[in-house]
Amino acid sequence: MPSAPAPATGPAASPAARDESTLFDTKEWLAFALVAAVILVVFPLCLDAFRLNLVGKYLTYAYVALGLVLCWGFGGILSLGQGVFFGLGGYCIAMFLKLEASSAANTKIQSTPGIPDFMDWNQITALPWMWQPFHSLPFALLAVVLVPVLVAFVIGAAMFKRRVGGVYFAIITQAVAAIATILIVGQQGYTGGINGITDLRTLHGWDIRQDGAKEMLYFVNAGLLIGCILLAQFVKRSKFGRILVAMRGKEDRVRFSGYNVANFKIFVFCLAAAFAAVGGAMFTLQVGFMSPSFVGIVPSIEMVIYAAVGGRTSIFGAIWGTLLVNYAKTSLSESFPQLWLFGLGALYIGVVMLFPDGLAGLWNSHAQPTLDRLLGRRPTPAVQGPASGATQPATLPPQTAAE
Amino acid sequence: MLGDYTPDQLLSIFAMQGFAGLILFSVFVLMALGLAIIFGQMGVINMAHGEFMILGAYTTFLTSKLFALYLPALFPIYFFVAMILAFIAAGALGMLVEWALIRHLYRRPLDTLLATWGLSLILQQTYRSVFGAREVGVELPQWTMGAVSLTDTIEVPINGIFVMVLTLLITAAVGLLMYRSGWGRKVRAVVQNRTMAGAVGIDTEKVDRMTFGIGCGIAGVAGSAFTMIGSTGPTSGQLYIVDTFLVVVFGGAQSLLGTIASAFTISQTRSTLEFFTSGSMAQVVTLLGVVIILMLRPQGLFALKVRR
Repeated sequence: MPSAPAPATGPAASPAARDESTLFDTKEWLAFALVAAVILVVFPLCLDAFRLNLVGKYLTYAYVALGLVLCWGFGGILSLGQGVFFGLGGYCIAMFLKLEASSAANTKIQSTPGIPDFMDWNQITALPWMWQPFHSLPFALLAVVLVPVLVAFVIGAAMFKRRVGGVYFAIITQAVAAIATILIVGQQGYTGGINGITDLRTLHGWDIRQDGAKEMLYFVNAGLLIGCILLAQFVKRSKFGRILVAMRGKEDRVRFSGYNVANFKIFVFCLAAAFAAVGGAMFTLQVGFMSPSFVGIVPSIEMVIYAAVGGRTSIFGAIWGTLLVNYAKTSLSESFPQLWLFGLGALYIGVVMLFPDGLAGLWNSHAQPTLDRLLGRRPTPAVQGPASGATQPATLPPQTAAE
Repeated sequence: MLGDYTPDQLLSIFAMQGFAGLILFSVFVLMALGLAIIFGQMGVINMAHGEFMILGAYTTFLTSKLFALYLPALFPIYFFVAMILAFIAAGALGMLVEWALIRHLYRRPLDTLLATWGLSLILQQTYRSVFGAREVGVELPQWTMGAVSLTDTIEVPINGIFVMVLTLLITAAVGLLMYRSGWGRKVRAVVQNRTMAGAVGIDTEKVDRMTFGIGCGIAGVAGSAFTMIGSTGPTSGQLYIVDTFLVVVFGGAQSLLGTIASAFTISQTRSTLEFFTSGSMAQVVTLLGVVIILMLRPQGLFALKVRR
């Protein structure tokens, strides 16, 4: 085993949490139970159908934030093109739904019945070839994951094999986001243009617009999200997760220890893309449309702030960060639209300058010690050894004693 | 599709599109110069670069209004005053930003990217609150109107020529500043080896601040020139930021010559394609081409050969 740098850089990676036999340590169990309880029990009980759908929409962004935690927080690879994968996943399922909604009976007033309405408006008379396979639901479901992963693989392989990383990777992914938006908006006849794919009705005859269906979809969404959290947690606890963190710290050292750094990076980038794509597909199902406004540069970089606010190395923080930022966005931009952009801008600056570990960092440095004191417990980090002392003031007493 | 035109017409088309490409080239070069200094020399990603450009454009807009109101006799030359003011305004803001924000983040380039993105959102909203959401146009002096006819079919607008001359002058000035002046030598020294530069007595913090300020100032001048060929809105800067970053990266981040060459390639390809396909497809094809070339050759066109 190479002497990889101890992954003690983030609060989520305390050394004692490195027992690989279980998926969670005690603290993580509590955090997981809290997330699961809130999104599976508290939200459905406390919110009406409209609000629940809104929260469901927020949670679809949480998939993207979760992917970014793995890719950016653990791996140090900042992708500014996650909106592309979100959009690709969303478009794949939207194409299936649109074809089902544009049956010959529904579209008989068009000059060419049986094709989506926006194609008819753009004088297209036959279904384009890339739409053909989307008549089949299994194909569409597979495409939701496979198409974005394929795109991510091509980008990742091209970049990481040539050891391009850091800001260059960020700029290239941002350019990809720009290209995708321009392409979708420009090819109106094939993609629905700036409006996107709208007026989606049924999934295999099941009307997704009813309240009951929306509630059902909320639970499917929440269940999938919990599945993704478990997967992310598994990755984090595995050897792969440790190599990721080691790569973030000293990439060359990992490479010289005999690991193929590029392959690890490609894998985590593809995984993040797959998460984003599932989120995009769930977005389409719950909200009922998909448009290029979720693909471009601005939404893609906004998704980064969800992960950053939650704490870039915290899997559970990503969920809370997403919910918090989106709740603030909805409530602020309704009443003070001007204030919101100022607030969002300040959030970017603040999260970088003042609290780079986000909510999770604040929790670990402030709330957790207070909680421990109230419960009369010994401060937990003290048992974990001095390595985590740098980030956690709870270990200050032994250190000051040593000085 | 080329067969529909006579050779004469084709020549005119290429000449006119080539000229349109040259104007785009000028805008790219002006924006990319500032970025090349900041990103290429300092390694800082300034996502708010477009907003510094727009600050220059709004400064020009205000100056034109002031001249029209109080100094109508001098209106024909207001543009030169506006350019200087734009440089000072954008440069001063740049130095302020460097002091407040950037200098704390030199070791965290990805975080700089996010912080400057936040700054760009704040600036955009400020512009929207102050100048309104609608685009504003600058009233141009009489002498920049009209066009010069070279042949029966080829016409060149005067404001385009003016912007190009301006670009040439500014590029030459930046080249001189970087490679012939004491300040440029200091900047290059700090870039190559910060510790050694500090050890021989260069105030690296001051050099950083000046470099950032001058990069932003050039963006302001770019915005000023931009008003001659287009109108200005709060989000106009964002439209250009991706293209400009690609120009700088494509050219090889540390080479001014590379920046100019890549701006030329990208703008000419795009404007020529624009005639034969739609505008959006031209942009897609050009950007895609650049991204693919960058994937094959990540160091860009003109890479500086250094040991890392």
